[in-house]
Amino acid sequence: MKPGTTSAACAAVLRRDLMLVWRRRGDALNPLLFAIIVVACFPFALGPEAAVLERIAAGTIFVAVLLAMLLTLDALFRSDLEDGSLEQLVVSPHPLALLLGCKIFIHWLTTALPLIIVAPLLAQLLQLPAPVLPVLIIALALATPLLSLIGAVCVALTVGMRRSGMLLTLLVLPLIVPALIFGAGACNAAQNGFAYAAPLLWLAAWLVLSIIIAPLAAAAALKISLS
Amino acid sequence: MNSFVLFFHKLGSPPYFYRFAGKWLPWLYAIALVAAAIGFYGALFTAPADYQQGDSFRIMYVHVPCAWMGLFAYLFMAANGFIALVWRIKLSETLAMASAPIGAAFTFITLVTGSLWGKPTWGTWWTWDARLTSELVLLFLYFGVIGLYHAIEDRRQAARAAAFLALIGIVNLPIVHYSVIWWNTLHQGQTVNLIGPSKIAPSMLWPLLTLAFATHVYFFASVFARTRVALLELESGKDWVRALLPATQASHD
Repeated sequence: MKPGTTSAACAAVLRRDLMLVWRRRGDALNPLLFAIIVVACFPFALGPEAAVLERIAAGTIFVAVLLAMLLTLDALFRSDLEDGSLEQLVVSPHPLALLLGCKIFIHWLTTALPLIIVAPLLAQLLQLPAPVLPVLIIALALATPLLSLIGAVCVALTVGMRRSGMLLTLLVLPLIVPALIFGAGACNAAQNGFAYAAPLLWLAAWLVLSIIIAPLAAAAALKISLS
Repeated sequence: MNSFVLFFHKLGSPPYFYRFAGKWLPWLYAIALVAAAIGFYGALFTAPADYQQGDSFRIMYVHVPCAWMGLFAYLFMAANGFIALVWRIKLSETLAMASAPIGAAFTFITLVTGSLWGKPTWGTWWTWDARLTSELVLLFLYFGVIGLYHAIEDRRQAARAAAFLALIGIVNLPIVHYSVIWWNTLHQGQTVNLIGPSKIAPSMLWPLLTLAFATHVYFFASVFARTRVALLELESGKDWVRALLPATQASHD
């Protein structure tokens, strides 16, 4: 049997993953709810004064979004491993990195994009000043794909393990700390009236590098875990 | 093949390495102990007190060598991990995984001594300074590598996965090293240079270098000891391990 073209394989992966998310669209809303609940907890703990909330708003939203995404990372390859389709991806004649890149893209599209869309609501809950909001959105748009990409590499290393959740957190967090520092740093700089372009450009540079390297690394890691 | 390359190839064989490390182990421990004794004598008795910090600066003699070793151990682990992934050499897997807990311990000591020193000098146990933070991240990376290694059942697959993680985490190493140069923060800048003059008095410098030498030798002694045990476990079914066991025990197997 002649294998299809690589682009057809990528399209198939994209379509399949999107359909899987759509069939279980209730589950897909979980990270969204989680982020909203985490953010809503802060005013309860710190008191409702706008001045206090304003100062921690950007950082809190960043942490809440990263944690919400971390929750979903665990399941990135799990169902594929259970039904055997992950092995099919590995043995397929198409470049594994490209196929994994498609899966990572769908992960970002279905978990991070909704989080970015509700970010204005979260910002409103914590009284984030309106001029900072665009910076927050841009920083999130640059930092969340990074988490999806780096997270995918770590998930590929822990795939097939039961109870991998805590370990995954331990692996991902040190690697994602710079994204948190630069992302939240840009927001804080904007809030205090400083220049914020530099941290955003750093994030963008790192994202470009990761888009190229991370799928390759995830493929290599997956081959180690499934060997 | 010249004799050095031949020696290197031989070293890759577990039984050869087991004997080689066993022969060197007591010497390495002895050298490390003597160097540490000389270094500590210099650090505690001959080096003058700092004109600003008084005697508290002497913590540096533990802090700085351990900080160097934290980075060195990571580099050693990552280099061995790279060899293990590319050439699938079993010994490199074992060496890489043996150095992870030692590096973590050195990094932990660095953080603890730094915080003990920070209390009287900076007035705080901890500050979110670039170097402190990146050192903490380094510790978490070590924990990640150790955790991943122990979470996977198959020893060799576990070593390869953890080695891969170590290679990804290596991006943090330059950040730790250059953090005091890139960000102008509370932690003081680099005062000891390999190339060019150091910004530290010679009477204070030599104990530091002696202790750094001692920790390096100790690191290798410790790695060798751990690797020997790990090799015995990994190769427990092989003939050379059985031959090592006393005759009475071997008969029970």
